[in-house]
Amino acid sequence: MWRGNDSRALVFDRLASPQRPIPMGVAQMATEITITSDLAEARRVQSLIEDALQASAYTEHDIFAIKLALEEALVNAIKHGNQMDPDKRVYIVYHVTTERFEIRITDEGTGFNPEDVPDPTAIENLERPCGRGLLLMRGFMTEVEYHGKGNVVHMAKVRETSA
Amino acid sequence: VFRVVRAPLYFGRRAFTFPPLRCAMASTPPRRRRLEVEDIGDIAVVNFVDKKILDEQNIQMIGDDLFRLVDELGRRKVLLNFGNVEFMSSAALGKLITLHRKLQAVQGKLVLCKIAKDILDVFKITKLDKILTITTDEQSGLQSFS
Repeated sequence: MWRGNDSRALVFDRLASPQRPIPMGVAQMATEITITSDLAEARRVQSLIEDALQASAYTEHDIFAIKLALEEALVNAIKHGNQMDPDKRVYIVYHVTTERFEIRITDEGTGFNPEDVPDPTAIENLERPCGRGLLLMRGFMTEVEYHGKGNVVHMAKVRETSA
Repeated sequence: VFRVVRAPLYFGRRAFTFPPLRCAMASTPPRRRRLEVEDIGDIAVVNFVDKKILDEQNIQMIGDDLFRLVDELGRRKVLLNFGNVEFMSSAALGKLITLHRKLQAVQGKLVLCKIAKDILDVFKITKLDKILTITTDEQSGLQSFS
């Protein structure tokens, strides 16, 4: 399944922001995409966003950072959130301006508490496979916040230099 | 583009594909080659074939091939050349740490070289640059074993 700007947007808004809406700047400029729990679809979203960033003349450094954070967040949503369930969806809303990139990714999983994730830089956790994704998202993006039951992640990156 | 070296180029240096090519009669389809391994003296220099190291299944196979170098082929000095790698995520880091530990356990050594600046941030943020030996180019990587 591959849809952009489709009717699921309404469903998405109810699912994604039960408590409070997350400001996405000018609403008309946000792009909404719904994908199945398929990593190949996640790659398509990444390349779509990469194109949008390149069109807005973001630096290669910023594009790498955003792509990496996206990879980690989408893999988390598909693998840990939706448990690769083909019947579950991932809802994505992103917004590119000349100043910043913002994205909200919502999965249909049970969510998690980011504070429960052990510190992957601690010696005893070095060989554990999880936790580094979240660390990298925080390292590469300006803002990373979890909402709801932990199945919604909002990330933003302030552009490093203007065009 | 990756190096294809026909053995022997000169004394002490030979190359082979890894994993080895399977015979045509094998029931399972041949595995795609993911690593290019070249022996320089007693150092196994490993180049990655893929520009992106991402998918879990792919990383699993890369990990298996790397571990086989130590566990089955008895390599003790491994130099991973990231010169060809443009993008990698956290999924690959666990394999590198396991390889590092495996080599440590047999008094061997793992060295990483030619990591792109952006990818180096992945190692810095996760603080793996404090644990792993990382050099700028292959030559200094080779020297760091002596």
